[in-house]
Amino acid sequence: MTAGDDPRGPLAGAPGISLDAALPPGEPAVFETFLADPGGAAGALEVSMGRIRREQVRRLVGSKTFLVGSVIVLWWVVCAIFGTLFVPYSATTPDILSTNLAPSAAHWFGTNNVGEDVFSRVIVGARDILEIAPLATLLGTVLGTTIGLAQGYLRGAVDMIVGRIVDAALALPIVIVAFIFVVAIGPSTLTLIVVIGFVFALIIARTVRTAVLQERELDYLAAARLRDESVPHVMFVEILPNVLGPILVEFTVRLGYAIFTIATLSFLGFGLQLPTPDWGADVATNYGYLSAGYWWETLFPALAIASLVIAINLIGDSIEAVLIQ
Amino acid sequence: MILATSAGLPGTIEAPSTTLEVSHLDVSYRVRGNERPALRDVSFRIGRQESFGLVGESGCGKSTTALAITRYLPRNGSLSGGSITVNGQDIAALDKRSLRQFRARVVSMVYQEPGRALNPSIRVGRQVAEVYEIAGMKKSEALARAEEMLRVVQIADRGRVLGSYPHQLSGGMLQRVMVAMALATEPSLLILDEPTTALDATVEAEVLDLVSSLRQQFQTSVLFISHNLAVIAKMCDRVGVMYAGELVEQGPAREIFENPRHPYTVGLVRCVPRGGQSKDHGRLDAIPGFLPEPGEVQVGCVFAKRCALADQRCTEETPPTYEVSATRTSRCHYHEQAPKLPRATPEDVMPRRADGGEEPVIRLRGVSKTFHVRGEQVRAVVGVDLDLKVGETLGIVGESGCGKTTLARVLLGLSVPDEGSVIELDGSPLAPECTSRSRKQLQAMQIIFQNPDSALNRRHNVRHIVTRALKKLAGLSGESCENRLLEVIRSVRMEERHLALRPYQLSGGLKQRVAIARAFAGAPRVLVCDEPTSALDVSVQAAILNLLADLQSRERVSYVFISHDLGVVRYLSDSIAVLYLGRVMEHGPAGTVFAGPHHPYTESLFSAVPSLDGTRRERIRLKGEIPSSAHSPAGCVFHTRCPRRLENGLCDSSEPPFVEVEPHHMMRCHIPLEELRRLQATQSAPVPEPSP
Repeated sequence: MTAGDDPRGPLAGAPGISLDAALPPGEPAVFETFLADPGGAAGALEVSMGRIRREQVRRLVGSKTFLVGSVIVLWWVVCAIFGTLFVPYSATTPDILSTNLAPSAAHWFGTNNVGEDVFSRVIVGARDILEIAPLATLLGTVLGTTIGLAQGYLRGAVDMIVGRIVDAALALPIVIVAFIFVVAIGPSTLTLIVVIGFVFALIIARTVRTAVLQERELDYLAAARLRDESVPHVMFVEILPNVLGPILVEFTVRLGYAIFTIATLSFLGFGLQLPTPDWGADVATNYGYLSAGYWWETLFPALAIASLVIAINLIGDSIEAVLIQ
Repeated sequence: MILATSAGLPGTIEAPSTTLEVSHLDVSYRVRGNERPALRDVSFRIGRQESFGLVGESGCGKSTTALAITRYLPRNGSLSGGSITVNGQDIAALDKRSLRQFRARVVSMVYQEPGRALNPSIRVGRQVAEVYEIAGMKKSEALARAEEMLRVVQIADRGRVLGSYPHQLSGGMLQRVMVAMALATEPSLLILDEPTTALDATVEAEVLDLVSSLRQQFQTSVLFISHNLAVIAKMCDRVGVMYAGELVEQGPAREIFENPRHPYTVGLVRCVPRGGQSKDHGRLDAIPGFLPEPGEVQVGCVFAKRCALADQRCTEETPPTYEVSATRTSRCHYHEQAPKLPRATPEDVMPRRADGGEEPVIRLRGVSKTFHVRGEQVRAVVGVDLDLKVGETLGIVGESGCGKTTLARVLLGLSVPDEGSVIELDGSPLAPECTSRSRKQLQAMQIIFQNPDSALNRRHNVRHIVTRALKKLAGLSGESCENRLLEVIRSVRMEERHLALRPYQLSGGLKQRVAIARAFAGAPRVLVCDEPTSALDVSVQAAILNLLADLQSRERVSYVFISHDLGVVRYLSDSIAVLYLGRVMEHGPAGTVFAGPHHPYTESLFSAVPSLDGTRRERIRLKGEIPSSAHSPAGCVFHTRCPRRLENGLCDSSEPPFVEVEPHHMMRCHIPLEELRRLQATQSAPVPEPSP
């Protein structure tokens, strides 16, 4: 009941015990030499903490998983932005004379059933997915963080009601939920962002809530209550900075899922509409031709989806590993 | 007793009477590609059946020494020089199998946190029996031996303990079990690493007594590691004082603490508030400066930067191990002068202004707090009446679980007390919950928490933390806020350069100063200090206590000072309340409460605390465990453990009233004051059998 009564564990591992002796008010003359301690422990402590920060970044950049992940993501980002400038063919111009061509020197990934260059479509197809996925995830993270903070800090009725809603929403597969909304509102970029964002918000709220519950027991929140701080201040200024770690990890994980979800919705025909090149839709239109032996029309867009999801997960894993240490 | 020679000289022939010999030990940790020395040239020796203590503040290398002896150094740690021999066997030369044998039979260790040393998902009986099974016994035989071993460590209710999971037992009980496991194989060397640091004083006393008697019985050599000088003085024949990875002084325990010959030891001994020392008599001395970073001091004395005796020689020439006497060594060029080390803090205190009247600033009447836990009523605080006067300190003492912290939280409005509880500030009642108190009332009462790591938001820098309190509580903004910020920061003896730092960039003592600065920002009238120094080293504790005393005499703040450390409470308090199971058992002016006659519970608290000056009081011992607040005993709540329980059964049946036994001295006991005075003057109480 009184956890605060635990006796005096000496601050194990505290780097550099302190401290200057107390002085009578207003006469620190004798002591200045000690307090000033040129290049002393307080300074050293500062430097070593800065070093740890730099060390974290260095370890992140130095890790192979992070490097591979970011190279792949960067490649797709370049494709999304400048793809149209360097593709060998127009991605949306059919060519009746060269349909279903196998991969060759002229068409690296072959052509599809209307004669479009698969390679060009894969390159240009990165654009929409890389636009929608981060925006949807960002929306979900912002919304989810707010819900989670409120749930974890306020507890009580808010926590219970929101908690049940989250339970109910998560009982349905995310694709089905998205599916219903897309059908109801009609497919568009905005619909996809909002729908995926909302569903993710519920999942992210869970993670944030758990993190907030751990913070809730700490005395700095009691101190804030004794200062009469407002609820938003406590939530966003006091607690939020302390739970950013798990939120960042959650963001990267969700980003991977967002890409997957968008691709799935497109495959089911509820994503972006043709002729805009889109990996999921391309897989959907072409997989019927697999039995005819035209494997390249399905394989390459599918590989593109996989590569992006894997790359983002690699980045997420390496961030998590660094943060945990 | 074995002589503490300066070191095991090369070629020393192993005397059969030596259990452990550490000679010229160097240990370093590899951190980010750099070798960081953790131990430098550490040499000591423990004879058969001898107990040797290692004492020093956190980070000085005590635990590293223990790890090196058991070859449990972490992967990045390495023994870079010197040797360790146990029973004449060089432990560096052990191969995998013999190392396992060595750990199983020759040396065993007891850790600080018994709850974490045991597997939480396996019954205690199985874990103790396992020790014997490893030694090659059959399951049934091992279990019988386990029970026998629990009898040896004086556990009465063995059947229950064996069948329990660790979380079902108290800390003291678990530490007994740990001692039983450690001694099960009758090792030659028993290492105790802060074995009682996590325990209450009364439980600590029991465990220490147990270890002392078992040491005789098992003829084991003991290496006892602690930051608590008094515990070491009580438990050890000889002592080594460690500082920054070096053994700076070594010798017989009594001599070291009575007549220290290294400036660091001198400083450490002076830091501890001792019997009857009070803030009105003088400041505590403290050790200035900081522990050096590992490897920072390459040449010269490691302590030179913090030593008032140090001169050029100390920074240029590494002091060798001087032989102070046949049995003592010191690593100080000026060890003859060490006892005359100048004080680091002036002793004189500001005279306190005369009392500002008798009107209490805080008045508690019938304050109770009941928690409802799984259908049970846990009465954490019961009917507390207390007054706190302006500019005075009310010390609250008691074992863990006695309701100290709950009372503090109720007072602040962080917990809502039961109906009928009255908390008055300046004569007007306070709302039970802090959210419904006015800004002015909130400002009047603030708190310093026990653990600054939890109390300070780790993502905010010092400026933000203190400024926020200034804005919200003192209502300042702009330039006046900035000016007051600097004023507050300087009054806790921090500097402007600290403002930009975040808590993790500060040492424990500096963090607690930030917490104090925040508490003082709104110029409170009452400050609740909940064990503010219990997470700090003694030298830092001294500085914080001085600071609190100075601030009090300047700002006329009243403190409610909660602590389990009686010396600390005595130093800072004007009046003292002793809590047991949520009830105030005794209350009175600090001098009176300490001088006695005491309430039997207070008496047992006092006699549980080991004292540094070696004067051993007649001890009374508490037996049994503190009852749960959910099932408080009938009659006097203390009767189940009371060493002076009346034979006529009065204590068992009726709760004694809380009455004034002499002017200003309140007590809750059936025994008349004069009877207590007579009992406590003449005889020590008989040790009662634990009640069922």
